[in-house]
Amino acid sequence: MAEIMFWEAVRRAHDEEMSSNPMVICMGEDIGVAGGTYKATQGLYDKYGPERVIDTPISENGFTGLAIGASFLGVRPIVEIMSVNFAWLAMDQIFNTAAKVHYMSGGQLRAPVVIRSPGGTAHQLGAQHSARMEKVFMGIAGLRVVTPSNPRQAYGLLKSAIRCDDPVFINEHELMYNMKGQVPDTEYFMPLEGSEVSRSGKDITLFGYNISVHWCLQAAEILSKQHGIDAEVVDLYALNPLDRAGIADSVRKTHRALIAEEAEPAVGVGSEIMAIINEECFFELDAPPVRVSAKNVPIPYNHTLEKSAIPNANDVVRAVLKMFGK
Amino acid sequence: MDSEVKKRLLREMLFARRFEERCYEAYVERKIGGFLHLYPGEEACAYGVLEAAKVGHDYVITSYRDHIHAIKSGVDPKAVMAELFAKVTGCCKGLGGSMHIFGVDDHFMGGYALVGGPFPLAAGIAKGIQMKGGDEICICFLGDAANNQGTFHESLNMAKIWNLPVLYVCENNLYGIGTRIDRSTAVVDQYKRVSGYNIPSEQVDGQDVEIVHEAAKKAIDYVRSGNGPYFLELMTYRYRGHSMSDSNAYRGKDEERMWSKRDPIIMLRDRLIDAGKLTEAEYKEMDNDILEQIENEIIKFAEESPEPPLEMLEKYVLIENDPWVKGGSR
Repeated sequence: MAEIMFWEAVRRAHDEEMSSNPMVICMGEDIGVAGGTYKATQGLYDKYGPERVIDTPISENGFTGLAIGASFLGVRPIVEIMSVNFAWLAMDQIFNTAAKVHYMSGGQLRAPVVIRSPGGTAHQLGAQHSARMEKVFMGIAGLRVVTPSNPRQAYGLLKSAIRCDDPVFINEHELMYNMKGQVPDTEYFMPLEGSEVSRSGKDITLFGYNISVHWCLQAAEILSKQHGIDAEVVDLYALNPLDRAGIADSVRKTHRALIAEEAEPAVGVGSEIMAIINEECFFELDAPPVRVSAKNVPIPYNHTLEKSAIPNANDVVRAVLKMFGK
Repeated sequence: MDSEVKKRLLREMLFARRFEERCYEAYVERKIGGFLHLYPGEEACAYGVLEAAKVGHDYVITSYRDHIHAIKSGVDPKAVMAELFAKVTGCCKGLGGSMHIFGVDDHFMGGYALVGGPFPLAAGIAKGIQMKGGDEICICFLGDAANNQGTFHESLNMAKIWNLPVLYVCENNLYGIGTRIDRSTAVVDQYKRVSGYNIPSEQVDGQDVEIVHEAAKKAIDYVRSGNGPYFLELMTYRYRGHSMSDSNAYRGKDEERMWSKRDPIIMLRDRLIDAGKLTEAEYKEMDNDILEQIENEIIKFAEESPEPPLEMLEKYVLIENDPWVKGGSR
């Protein structure tokens, strides 16, 4: 185990997979000569050359479609879309081609493409650079969606995603690339389905994914130390398919549920998990599940307003205390 | 082109015409559902170009008007018709339909229903060819109206900067759905539009299969020789509406009559008859053979095939039992 940064974990997964399989390529804006906006491909251009580490024009739908087409022939492209906001432009190829081509060809074609992209609000990036799009991606049949919350997951999920024959969207976060964490020294492949219990508890389950796992973990500490509430934190690193069994198992144990999400509440991760809880274990509940979500607004530029639009650990604590009547 | 090849092409194009006309009837009979986009009038495009290609070796990709490109690429017409009839014996097991014909074993990489969608896919297939080091090329057939999508410009640009072995064939039938090209497109001559990407291009008569074949040979040779992308514009006309839901009300009978005089099948037939290589009687016999084959083999097969089982509904959403979903086999 070594402690490395999130971006280093992503870079290591690229490097190992490109080294072991000459059909693995990566492509995106500024990922080659410039080394990548978040350094996730730093040094790879010099090591693997311009044929395999491809600086693309600013043509998101075009280069994503090109990667999908290449994947039909057994190329394993890792596409970096610089910001998830730009992924809207590539939705045609992601949804209409990558997610559907295996099905509509009657199983003849596969599109083993990996699309990585950071989303989320960061530091005053404004309305058009602060989108949280995981809820859009996770609703599409035929597309796997994973979202790492730490460097180990970032490394292990990317490793498996590159080898998996399904198209995989990896939802990263603008603010997490410098986060440090333990990553195994030897090769490590994470499952692309399931969830992880990040903290075991008995009184309530806090469901998080990506950055909101950290709010939940902080909230659990506060709840434990200051309020005597023993919260379990479940990390939903896979958003499509969601871990129905894992979600239900935890709720059956704690009988209460809260979902923390950085996105707006409507048609989101939270509403989907609440529906799953209803379907799987409604009668196990001691209280109605609650969501802690962003405000339903475009993200403002002003720093104070921006912070007010997005939840944090304190919001999670407050929502839990309210649920417990405290 | 020698007369035996011409006679074979005549037969193939006549087959394509009759196949599509029979699809029309089957649609009216409600044997075929959904959307149906037919090819009559444009046969010389697919047959002229693919006659010059290495079919089954080169990769072909196109739009929703895809039955004939699939058949000329080597996909069994019975499997195409069965797909239209939504049967499990269809080339996509009844999951694709008219707009999504696939024949990957024959390197027919599919029909796609989003206008302009295949442009980048074709460039990507060409990237795959380039990485594997083979001498295949990718041939992408799309209509003129697709060139008003961003993917056209994005893909031509990338194909050029990365020197990808892709031939873009524009079947310019003068209409984007029901809107005439000069009402939707600033530059009507499509071959001129690619000069902005420094890609060589040519515009030729798309109704004369010999002219198409000659132009395609030159284009394919250029691409296969490692020179990068090429753009070939074929001036053509579709006799039927954009799809079956199209009343064809946006164009005049005079225009339709004018184009019918330049029918690719009739022109080739008359040329062979004038040269003494074919008689009216032989042509009639050829036509009857085709009609009989379509009815007694192809339609019969599609009619008699079973529908896909309900268990297939969720089968191809994700790859079954991919070991990496579980984090590898270790």
